[in-house]
Amino acid sequence: MRKLSWFNLTSLTFGFAFLYLPMIVLVVYSFNSNKLVTVWAGFSTKWYGELFRNEAMMDAAWVTIRVALASSTLATVLGTLAAYVLVRGGRFHGRTLFSGMLYAPLVMPDVILGLSLLLLFIAIGLDRGLLTIILAHTTFSMAYVAVVVTSRLVAFDRSLEEAALDLGCTRFEAFRLVTLPIIAPAVISGWLLGFTLSLDDLVIASFTSGPSSTTLPIKIFSAVRLGVSPEINALSAILIGIVSVGVITASLISKRAIAKRIADENRATP
Amino acid sequence: MAVAPHKPRPNPNQNVFAPWDDPDAVPLIRFKNVSKRFGDFTAIDDLTLDIYEREFFALLGPSGCGKTTMMRMLAGFERATEGTITLGGQDMGGIPPNERPVNMMFQSYALFPHLSVWDNIAFGLKRDKLPKDKIEARVSEMLRLTRLEQFAKRKPHQISGGQRQRVALARALAKAPKLLLLDEPLGALDRKLREETQFELMDIQEKTGTTFVIVTHDQEEAMTVASRIAVMDHGKIIQVDTPARVYEQPSSVYVADFIGDVNLIEGVYTRPTPERGEIAYAEGEPPIAVDPVDGITIGTRVTYAIRPEKIRVSREEPDDRANRAFGKIIDIGYLGNTSTYHVELSTGQMVKAAMTNASRIARREFTWDDEVWLSWRETAGVVLAK
Ligand SMILES: Nc1ncnc2c1ncn2[C@@H]1O[C@H](COP(=O)(O)OP(=O)(O)O)[C@@H](O)[C@H]1O
Ligand SMILES: [Mg+2]
Repeated sequence: MRKLSWFNLTSLTFGFAFLYLPMIVLVVYSFNSNKLVTVWAGFSTKWYGELFRNEAMMDAAWVTIRVALASSTLATVLGTLAAYVLVRGGRFHGRTLFSGMLYAPLVMPDVILGLSLLLLFIAIGLDRGLLTIILAHTTFSMAYVAVVVTSRLVAFDRSLEEAALDLGCTRFEAFRLVTLPIIAPAVISGWLLGFTLSLDDLVIASFTSGPSSTTLPIKIFSAVRLGVSPEINALSAILIGIVSVGVITASLISKRAIAKRIADENRATP
Repeated sequence: MAVAPHKPRPNPNQNVFAPWDDPDAVPLIRFKNVSKRFGDFTAIDDLTLDIYEREFFALLGPSGCGKTTMMRMLAGFERATEGTITLGGQDMGGIPPNERPVNMMFQSYALFPHLSVWDNIAFGLKRDKLPKDKIEARVSEMLRLTRLEQFAKRKPHQISGGQRQRVALARALAKAPKLLLLDEPLGALDRKLREETQFELMDIQEKTGTTFVIVTHDQEEAMTVASRIAVMDHGKIIQVDTPARVYEQPSSVYVADFIGDVNLIEGVYTRPTPERGEIAYAEGEPPIAVDPVDGITIGTRVTYAIRPEKIRVSREEPDDRANRAFGKIIDIGYLGNTSTYHVELSTGQMVKAAMTNASRIARREFTWDDEVWLSWRETAGVVLAK
């Protein structure tokens, strides 16, 4: 391995420190037996036990997971269809307006998006709860999915779809049997992106959640305002664990796919 | 001496495949006054054309002349703005691509990257909901026909360009279409593979009896494979004929110039006797003797087109040919099997003459600045009024 120059070494250290030091501190203190978060009093896993017995926390976690699953799935379907229409639909009436509206949530501040959704739900008389959070999260996740899928579709060879039609597919079959399998990686990353964004959202959820349905970020935020408890540290450590496992798995899968492809190509050229 | 038994000669008109000369033959495809406009740009301009069953029909023309547009109208991806296209007597307007007995081999091959060679070929058959054993049998047959048996399990990115091209052909042929469209199918192959594949295509076309329409901008390719060639320009068909007739009897200067090498000499057409036509092309030079042409008014300006290989180069003045001219060799294009001599006549006109290189280069007869005679027969060239 190449030896790093002192300059590179320094920037690497600082980079990693800025990124990971806060998290490391958090994980370490989640195993602190002391009730005072910042005073170390020995190793213990008792806060994890406390956490799992905390029903309000568990409820919030369950709400969050359901919201993330539902909204990212819904957003993936809608976002993929929207991207398909924008790329393949030609110059239909109102195309510019549609693409502008679709991408608006990307640039709109969360506060404004949350507020306008709140006003909408009140106007149509929809009670705030699980459903409104799902709808709100779908709105912005859909924009992200559309961006990811659009960039894949633009690079997609249109004659593949025409070949499918030529060989007897209806338009829908051509999409299902040819387009979708080929753009699947983009669709899956769109879903993952939507899932993560939903897990992570505090602002929009605050506007659209009701008393019966609180998400984890809201719960954590309000708990922390009363003082950081070791329990929150434990919860955060678990979340860090889940996200890390997810990210590492995803990168391993894509790395293996690339390696396989390269091996295949080498085998093909004698 | 025993006389060899006289072999009965088949009537040439019975064996030659030429449905276009048969007034009773019903064409498979009919373009009737078809126009295609994109906005206010006319890609196909009032075009009428018949293509017969079992033909290997070539659309030939420069890039942008509307060849792909013709194909896409046959496949159903574009609709004619005006006019009708019929296939086997049925009007094709409004029939979507998936309901046409037509398959297309795409310029980019358009193989499905996520499917194996086998699944690519089976794709169209599965859409027809054929029973499994029928599909398997048909795919095996196609793999054999295109010599791809050992690549059945590979993905498209795991095979070579030539193999991909054969997969595309097998996939398009698998459904046994009435009509196969090939859009510049050999464009991506190198010359040697191209020539091999041209013969393979002809072989497959003959074996399957499918009607092929091929698009190409390579005139040699069109000449090699096609039963007839349509030469196109700016959305119009300029001439439709057999390769030999397109080459030997071009109907216009455009076709003569587009196909192969040609000398174009402008002059005035006269007809001193009913059996003799002449073209006066330069002051002080004897006119070019030609066979009289009926449709051309005496005294009009015409173009005389003559292929370089129809002109003989010699040192002595020949006395066996109706036309001769004296000049100096300015340039020699050596092509291996032939050499093209660029000869400047005393009138300043440049004429190309091609001679076969029967002997090796050291013994070549003519060289730069040699003064030579060019000679050709009165039947060697054609007189073109447009
Ligand atoms: N979808 C389209 N929209 C606008 N113009 C088109 C379209 N398709 C083809 N054209 C135009 O029609 C002409 C003929 O195109 P094409 O049939 O592809 O030519 P060729 O295959 O002979 O090179 C070209 O000038 C091209 O720019
Ligand atoms: Mg083309």
